[in-house]
Amino acid sequence: MNPALSVILLTTLIGAGQGLFVALYVATLVAPGRVSPHFAVVASAVSATLLVLGLVASFFHLGRPERAWRAAARWRTSWLSREVIVLPAFTAAVFAYGVAQARAPAPAMEWIGAAATLLCVTLFVCTGMIYACIRFLQEWATPLTVVNYTLLGCASGAMLATALAAYLEPALVPGYAAATALATLAGLATRTLSLVRNARLRPKSTVQTAIGIKHPSIRQISPGFTGGSFNTREFFHHRTREFLRAIRWLFLVLAFPLPLALLWAGTALALPFAIAAAFAIQYAGLLAERWFFFAQANHPQNLYYGLTG
Amino acid sequence: MTQLALVIDLNVCVGCQACVTSCKEWNTSGQAGGLADLNPYGADPTGTFFNRVQTFEVGEFPNTQTVHFPKSCLHCEDPPCVPVCPTGASYKRAEDGIVLVDYDKCIGCKYCAWACPYGVREVENERKVMTKCTLCVDRIYDTGLPPSDRRPACVMACPTSARLFGDIHDPESEVSRAIRDHAGYALMPEWGTHPSNHYLPRRRTDAHHHDDQLVRADNPLHIEGRQPKPSPKDPALDDVTSW
Repeated sequence: MNPALSVILLTTLIGAGQGLFVALYVATLVAPGRVSPHFAVVASAVSATLLVLGLVASFFHLGRPERAWRAAARWRTSWLSREVIVLPAFTAAVFAYGVAQARAPAPAMEWIGAAATLLCVTLFVCTGMIYACIRFLQEWATPLTVVNYTLLGCASGAMLATALAAYLEPALVPGYAAATALATLAGLATRTLSLVRNARLRPKSTVQTAIGIKHPSIRQISPGFTGGSFNTREFFHHRTREFLRAIRWLFLVLAFPLPLALLWAGTALALPFAIAAAFAIQYAGLLAERWFFFAQANHPQNLYYGLTG
Repeated sequence: MTQLALVIDLNVCVGCQACVTSCKEWNTSGQAGGLADLNPYGADPTGTFFNRVQTFEVGEFPNTQTVHFPKSCLHCEDPPCVPVCPTGASYKRAEDGIVLVDYDKCIGCKYCAWACPYGVREVENERKVMTKCTLCVDRIYDTGLPPSDRRPACVMACPTSARLFGDIHDPESEVSRAIRDHAGYALMPEWGTHPSNHYLPRRRTDAHHHDDQLVRADNPLHIEGRQPKPSPKDPALDDVTSW
C-alpha cells in the first residue's frame, strides 16, 4: 500500500492519547492517593487533545470530509464505522473524566473512568481490526495487528505519562517508567513477531490466479494506460526494497531501544527533559513504524500492474 | 435470483480498447457525473476508467501468446467491498446482483478499494467519490432504448463479440451456457469472493486438412482453378447476367 500521512498521524496520535489515558486510569486504581487532581486534569486534557488531533488528521484522508458524519451508519458490518463511533465517544469520555477530576471528588468519576477505559480498549480493537479484517492483505490479516496497535499505543502513552509525571508529579515517575519499559518491550516483542511472520508469508495470489492463465511465464506488456492511475498510486509505495529495509531498522531503533535508554537516563538522573525527548523520539519511531506497516502490505491488485515490493 | 454479469472471451478479445472508450464515453456522460481526465495532453496523464484492457505475454519466445485481458468490476456474489463501507454507499442490489456505489453517500475514504483484491474501484479525480463499473445500470433498464440496445456500452462496442452479458443464475442464459461449454473461470478464486464475471480461456485452434479437400474431390474434371461452366439457362446470381 501507499502510506497516507493522514492515516499514519491518526493511528499514532490516538494510540498515544489512548495509552496516556490508560496510564492515568490505571495509576488512580493502583495508587489511589498519589495521583493528584491537577495531574489527572492535565493528563486528561493532553489525552483528549491528542485524540482530537487524530480525528482532525483523519478528515484529510477523506475525499468528501463534509459527509464524514455518514460514516457512523454501518457499525453492524464495518470496523471503520465502529471506529468512527467509538473515537468521538472515547474523546468525550476522557473530557468528562478530566472535568470530573477538576471537580474532585466527584462521585461519578470512577464510573466515567471505567466507561472510558472500556471505550479505549474497544477503540484499540476497532483500529486494529480495520486492517486485520482484510483477509487478502496477508501482512495485516493476523491478530498481531490488533496486539501491536494496542501495545505500541500503550507504550507511547505511558512514555508521555512518565514525561508529564516528571514535570508535575515526580512521585509517579518510577512506577510509570517501569510500566513504559514493560509496554515498550512487549511491543518490541510482538512487532518483531509480526515482522518474522510477514517475512515468511507466501502470497496466496499470483499473476496466474489473477488472470487465470496457468503458465509459469507471464509478462505484462501493457497495463492498459500510458500514464499512472488510481491503481498505481494508491496501492504501491514506489520505493526500493533498500528504502523499506532502512525504514524498518529506523523504527526498530527509534521506537524501542533509544527511547528506553533515554527514559532510563532521565529517570536515573531526574531529567524531565530527557523523558520528554524519549517520548518525541519514540513518537517519530512510531510514525516510521506505521509508514512501514502500510508500505509492507502487498495488495493483490498490484499483480495486475506488475508492481511488487 | 438474478445475477447479471459479463462473460469475457479471452479467445477472441483482440485488445482494440473499443470497450474501454465506449465505457468511458457512456459513463462520463451520465447524470451521475463525469469521469475526469487530468493532464490529458501532458507528460503524466491520468483518468478514471471503469474498464481497462491489459495485455500479457504468456510463454517464452518463440512459443508465446499475447493475451488481451479486459478488467472491470466483477460484481462478486460475496463482495468484500460492501461490508467494509462505513456509510452504506457501497451496496449490492438484491434484484439483479449489481454492485453499486451511491455517489451521494460516499465520503471517499477509499476503504472499499483497499478491500477489493481486483483493483477495480477508482476514486474519481474531480468528484472525489469512489466509482466503478455499474454494468451500465442506467442503460440496461432504459425502456426508451430498443431491447437490443439495453446492454452495457462495452458489450455493444465489442467488434468481436468477446463480451457477453446476461444472468449467470439462469442456467439457460447465453452467459451460463458459455461458462459451461467453454470452461469459464473466475479470477482469484482463493479469496472466496465468487466473482460473477467469468472469463473464457484461450482455446486451441487446430486446422485439420484432409487430402480430399486439397485436391477438390468434388471437381469432376480434377482440374484445379477451372470452374465447370454452367448452362446459360441456369439461374444466375442477379437473375440478369449469365455465367
